[in-house]
Amino acid sequence: MSALLSVADVHISYGKVEAVRGVSLDVAGNEIVTIIGANGAGKTTLLNAIMGVLPLKGRTTFAGVDMAPLDIEDRVATGLSLVPEHRELFGTMNVEDNLELGAFRIAKAVAATSLERVYTLFPRLKERRKQLAGTLSGGEQQMLAMGRALMGAPKLLMLDEPSLGLAPIIVADIFRIVGELRAAGVSVLLVEQNAQAALQIADRAYVMELGEFVLSGSAKDIAANKGVAASYLGFQHEGESAI
Amino acid sequence: MNTTIMLFLLQDGITNGAIYALLGLALVLVFAVTRVILIPQGEFVTYGALSYAMLATGQVPGTARLAVAMGLVAFALDLFFARKALHARLVMRSAALNIVFPAALLGLIYALVGPNTPVAVNIALALLIVAAIGLFLYRIAFQPIAHTSVLVLLIASVGCHLALQGLGLVFFGAEGLRGPALSNTAVTAGPLRFTGQSLAVYGLTVGFIVALWLFFGYTKTGKALRATAVNRLGARLVGIRTTLSGQIAFLLASVIGAISGILIVPITTLYYDTGFLIGLKGFIAAIIGGLVSYPLTAVAAIVVGIVEAFSSFYASNFKEVIVFTLILPVLVLRSLAAPQVEEEKD
Repeated sequence: MSALLSVADVHISYGKVEAVRGVSLDVAGNEIVTIIGANGAGKTTLLNAIMGVLPLKGRTTFAGVDMAPLDIEDRVATGLSLVPEHRELFGTMNVEDNLELGAFRIAKAVAATSLERVYTLFPRLKERRKQLAGTLSGGEQQMLAMGRALMGAPKLLMLDEPSLGLAPIIVADIFRIVGELRAAGVSVLLVEQNAQAALQIADRAYVMELGEFVLSGSAKDIAANKGVAASYLGFQHEGESAI
Repeated sequence: MNTTIMLFLLQDGITNGAIYALLGLALVLVFAVTRVILIPQGEFVTYGALSYAMLATGQVPGTARLAVAMGLVAFALDLFFARKALHARLVMRSAALNIVFPAALLGLIYALVGPNTPVAVNIALALLIVAAIGLFLYRIAFQPIAHTSVLVLLIASVGCHLALQGLGLVFFGAEGLRGPALSNTAVTAGPLRFTGQSLAVYGLTVGFIVALWLFFGYTKTGKALRATAVNRLGARLVGIRTTLSGQIAFLLASVIGAISGILIVPITTLYYDTGFLIGLKGFIAAIIGGLVSYPLTAVAAIVVGIVEAFSSFYASNFKEVIVFTLILPVLVLRSLAAPQVEEEKD
């Protein structure tokens, strides 16, 4: 199985501080892969570097294309899309304009059907379509950020902490939609602190600590790993220590 | 003062104010998209006006050659920044825009120039020259530092202003020039006489405001420009080329500046350095509009024009002082009304 996204031996530094050290990962077509780990492990840094927001050392290929010479705009055109942690919406523009701009590189006729699809996935956005993005609730903003990314018809959607700061009921909704995306043929690379929810919907998982992957495997195996359970899932088995 | 004088002053003020409004709109536009405070806006005015005036006398203005030279530099920069991923399409595209376009323009000017060239052709040529200069100015001076702070961009902007003003002296000389009138029609309404020239000023200003409103509100490109202004990273993440947005903003600003210049050069004699003062008045209007609001900028520009007209009647020595003092209460009020905002890092 050839990977859709392939990242090999990637190093990312902020000045002299190396935030990510020698990380490799693959995402196949129609797959949900999650990276879990504590705050500051380097997960967001890794996603940003894959998108081209930060420079990296190492090799990234997406859909068979070497990403190194491409800037963010060109990576978007190859079907790679990032929903960043801070969502980066166009706050003073309304919901529909935000979505329309998500399809900036897409033909108008295609964009119209994508818009219908996004409104079906997120009916709330349709209700609020004339409202300014900056005045939406946190959950609605997250939906809009995902909707905007989907308007560009990505092959792989990278989601950075989509559940951050949201009410549990909205988190459930967002994770349900992530599951639906796979059915629609979109692969997902999900970075999450809410490891429990992430492992439930993911096919495979990587565990990141201090800039390195310390564990990887099927989401089921990772969820069953006692160390992971103790560190990230909030279960403390009596008499056993965490990794 | 009698009513007639007052009406004359008002008319004069509104005509000048409309020009300031055009320039203020361009400043707001450029700042919104690129965060550059466009000090060289005044040079676009002089270049447009004086290129038009020189073309009308049958000479080839030096600005046309400047456009070719800047195009070459822009092309070299394009190649340099893309050196890691050079491919034929990119080179061709860059060559077409940066070399073929200004060279063809220069050729066209040599072919068409003469004392009997129609006014409309001269206007079109002058606009094209300044448009090319505006476009290349962004590519050369601002695109490589687009990610830096507003202060750095402002310093670069002052540098561009000084360089362009010096070049203006080389191209046009220290003597002032006047251009031929755009039209000789005039309408009389009571004591006032509206020349075709001032009617064109009003028409174009209103036309530009409406066109900008439609462009930013209803077209995909316009929305993409706004998006770039609102959130640069967000714009890049949906595939909007923010460098292209900057080029479009500079293109629009330079054309607006050149049009303003062409509108005033038949009324007043312009010197190579006149544009700065005119641009500064547009800047005051833009500051009053907070560098964000188009309608507020337009209204403020009209006020600036009227204040200027009345102060030149009552205290002509202090005309500029009074106009520029307008900015003080506005800044005080703004600083009181809005809490200090740290500049966003990006």
